[in-house]
Amino acid sequence: MTTTGSGEHLPPALRTEALEQLLTERGLIDPKVMNGIITEYETNVGPLNGARVVAKAWTDPDYRRRLLEDGTAAIKELGFSGPQGEHIVVVENTPSQHHVVVCTLCSCYPWPVLGLPPSWYKDPAYRSRVVREPRAVLSEMGLELADDVRITVHDSTSEVRWLVLPERPAGTEHLTEEELVPLVSRDAMVGVAKVEAP
Amino acid sequence: MDGIADMGGTRGWGPVRPPRRDEPVFEEPWQGRAFALAILSSRIACGGINPDAFRHAQERLGRAAYLDDGYYGRWLNAAELMLTDSAVLAPGAIEARARNLRDEGVEEPPTPEPARPDYAPTAEGSLRTVDTTPAFTVGGRVRAKHMSVPGHTRLPGYVRGHTGVVEVIQPAAVLPDTNAHFQGENPQHVYSVRFDSHELWGTDAEPFTLILEMYETYLETP
Repeated sequence: MTTTGSGEHLPPALRTEALEQLLTERGLIDPKVMNGIITEYETNVGPLNGARVVAKAWTDPDYRRRLLEDGTAAIKELGFSGPQGEHIVVVENTPSQHHVVVCTLCSCYPWPVLGLPPSWYKDPAYRSRVVREPRAVLSEMGLELADDVRITVHDSTSEVRWLVLPERPAGTEHLTEEELVPLVSRDAMVGVAKVEAP
Repeated sequence: MDGIADMGGTRGWGPVRPPRRDEPVFEEPWQGRAFALAILSSRIACGGINPDAFRHAQERLGRAAYLDDGYYGRWLNAAELMLTDSAVLAPGAIEARARNLRDEGVEEPPTPEPARPDYAPTAEGSLRTVDTTPAFTVGGRVRAKHMSVPGHTRLPGYVRGHTGVVEVIQPAAVLPDTNAHFQGENPQHVYSVRFDSHELWGTDAEPFTLILEMYETYLETP
């Protein structure tokens, strides 16, 4: 965006550097704090957190019950909380019921368990279409659901955040919680994919 | 707000992007810096954390500013808007500095006197306690008001005027419509409302259920 009306589209990297410089030289931001935020979301807050929640729910029936009753509290038991996770509701995918999550108005997403959203989630095509033709959208994304599977789409319009508990794939009965964690994909926890057995 | 951000059900965006398994959190380094700058800038601009004001800044962007540089470009532009709204930065300050980073030698606008909004959240986060009884009950039919909204709202256009059923009453929360404008928290009961796809999109629609959350003031008895 240019506010002086020169009309030239300045590269966002250059404009980002300009804003950082303007705020830093006036002492309004501390570069250490800024770098800390970036590192936090690049390394600590990501879908591995959600995968740990899912793997525990698959192997611990009591935890699964707590997770579906009060997602926020059960997720906090594993140490995950923070911005965009004030009230997380967990919904369970089953052979007959499929949940999928979107935010049509911006790109709200449960950061403490999934990190920052992937590009497909933020794309206008996903935001606009999944509330209108979810079966077609899921098919384009590689997920074919049988005709008798009921689909529920969750549009994240308030501060409620949604996490999908995917189905545990057949053939993983012998795996431990730790062995299940790497199988659980971010996409399955948003509801646009299923978890595959290794 | 009625504008480009309200994308639900709109046409013309083409196919969805297939997921990539190893997509980095930030595809380019500037995106991470823009993300962090936006978080910090919105606090500098209003003296507190107000995600509603930040979302309202995004939805006020023009089409090019909203779309052309993707999600983090949008965050950067919304941060600039919040900073110029509160006169922490002069309009054009970022562009002028950006040009000077390219050694164009342009004159930068003088730093204005900040005029931050009067903003004092009563608690952290968005959840609040509301003493009144919820106006609607679980299982009851409700209609999303059919209204045009010039300011911020979290009521998407595609459900306005349509009737659904209250699925769950969620914890009460700050009303974005007033909080985004620094006009008070006005906490409300929040309802998860279930809509049938045919109610929203007509008889030929795919069969499915849509659930979204609505603040009490968005709803009326059908």
